[in-house]
Amino acid sequence: MSRQLRVPDVKRINSELFTLTYGSLVAQLIKDFEDDEEVNKQLEKMGYNIGIRLIEEFLARTNTGKCQDLKETAEVISKVGFKMFLGITPTVTGWDAEGREFSLMFDENPLTEFVELPESHKQLRYSNILCGVLRGALQMIHMKVETEFVRDTLRGDDATEMRIRLLEILQDQAPPGED
Amino acid sequence: MVVFGVYVINKAGGLIYGQELGATPKLRANDRLTLASMFHSLYAITSNLSPQVQSSGIEVIETDTFKIQCKQTLTGTKFFVMSDPAHTGLDALLRRLYELYSDYVLKNPFYTPEMPIRCELFDINLARLMEQYESGRALTATF
Repeated sequence: MSRQLRVPDVKRINSELFTLTYGSLVAQLIKDFEDDEEVNKQLEKMGYNIGIRLIEEFLARTNTGKCQDLKETAEVISKVGFKMFLGITPTVTGWDAEGREFSLMFDENPLTEFVELPESHKQLRYSNILCGVLRGALQMIHMKVETEFVRDTLRGDDATEMRIRLLEILQDQAPPGED
Repeated sequence: MVVFGVYVINKAGGLIYGQELGATPKLRANDRLTLASMFHSLYAITSNLSPQVQSSGIEVIETDTFKIQCKQTLTGTKFFVMSDPAHTGLDALLRRLYELYSDYVLKNPFYTPEMPIRCELFDINLARLMEQYESGRALTATF
């Protein structure tokens, strides 16, 4: 690829503090809502609210320009975005024929390092906050997407896979000069 | 090398932050709003008027007595600064401004996006940035 992907150094925190904080957040949500589906929804919503703010940090620090297509966007998400904020680089794969859908495969996931999902919470999408973050961030740069964890090793699947589907590019919301 | 003022405009064209710096006379709040919405509209118009397709809008306006330089982010927020016409290196200043905004405004959980910025930390760090900037030291990135 022509563009060089540069990942800026960011301040680091102890990853265990992060993992434990997220864990207690999820646990509290389960207590409050008592329903896995509802917790999934709340996590997604929280992620969304993070995403719409985080995108500015991302753009400000990386000085990223516009991506030409979804393929490039996917690369940037994985190699710069995830690398910068979580220190991981999920693999981009599973493109559909039109190039509007792809998967991110998580070989490692700092959120789930110490997690074992009990039998009673098999519907829980533990890392669902990430879906929201991506949806929020992409929405701010005028891409309407649908994101979903289709497989999760926590639930006994053989891999952790997030599916991202581009629904539309919100032309009318793009600012003048960027549309 | 004097920077007269710093302004931030949200996606919809509303002024969310505006401040005159140093010895620059303060604008009235209303004038500031007019300035911002005027600039926002002109930006959109120039972008459409340009014979080049996909041209950006105004980046710099230079006059004999002052200069305006603007940076629009991919999300549509605009930052612009007014300075004396001889000023160079406003690019770097605008980039740092964007970083401060993403740090001290957007990461403040009590700030609502698109609303006027009333964050003390942002003010403090902006003042610090300007000090560093005026004293002519190179702007070092925080990361």
